[in-house]
Amino acid sequence: MCNQTVSLIGAEMERRGITTVVIQLLRHIARAVRPPRALWVPYPLGYPLGAPDDPALQHRVLAAALALVEDQAAEPPVLRDFL
Amino acid sequence: MAQTDELSFRYRAFLKAYRWRRIDPVPWSPLGKPLAAARLGLVSSAGLTLAGQDGFDSGVRGGDTSYRVIPGDATAAVLEDHHRSESFDHTGVRRDANVAFPVDRVRELADRGTIGSVAPRHLSFMGSVTAPGRLTRDTAPAAAEVFVEDQVDVALLVPV
Repeated sequence: MCNQTVSLIGAEMERRGITTVVIQLLRHIARAVRPPRALWVPYPLGYPLGAPDDPALQHRVLAAALALVEDQAAEPPVLRDFL
Repeated sequence: MAQTDELSFRYRAFLKAYRWRRIDPVPWSPLGKPLAAARLGLVSSAGLTLAGQDGFDSGVRGGDTSYRVIPGDATAAVLEDHHRSESFDHTGVRRDANVAFPVDRVRELADRGTIGSVAPRHLSFMGSVTAPGRLTRDTAPAAAEVFVEDQVDVALLVPV
């Protein structure tokens, strides 16, 4: 449910002119809901940024999410995998 | 990797019949400035609050769609887990809230100059919203208004 919730909030922000990117843990939900920019991560529920007390990994996830924000050639909806 | 088989049988049966809300048309607002000049705000659905804030109410039918304002200078160490869902492992969030609400990490991004600044207000939701009517009608527009007021350029939204 969390995956859909953040996507719906993000869509409203995007409608107001804010550039949004959502992290998604369940790819089939991202495909069904279609947030403008989504980064799918291969982690269990509860661990969207990978692992606690691992700032380096958390920064890698953030960098991948922000790369979607900076990608001017992307066409909506964008769903990319974090690998 | 997150799998729905991590979930209880009852919840899986519910999800199987659930009709996901499709965003259509997909809105699109490209970033009109360099990321290094952009202000970034966080939205997390991990149900985190500050001490003294009202907790989320898991008794609300269809889900508690309210949100709490988390100041941009709050540290992860002061965030408290109020998410009632048993569909995910809370251990990680309780050990380091940055794993679902990376408040410390985005301040580091601002310190490094990767982003221009951190929003004065981040937003905390509890994501177990099965009936998102109130969310899309009331709370999401109110949340968007907070970020518009604060001139947020980029919103990063994190489920749990």
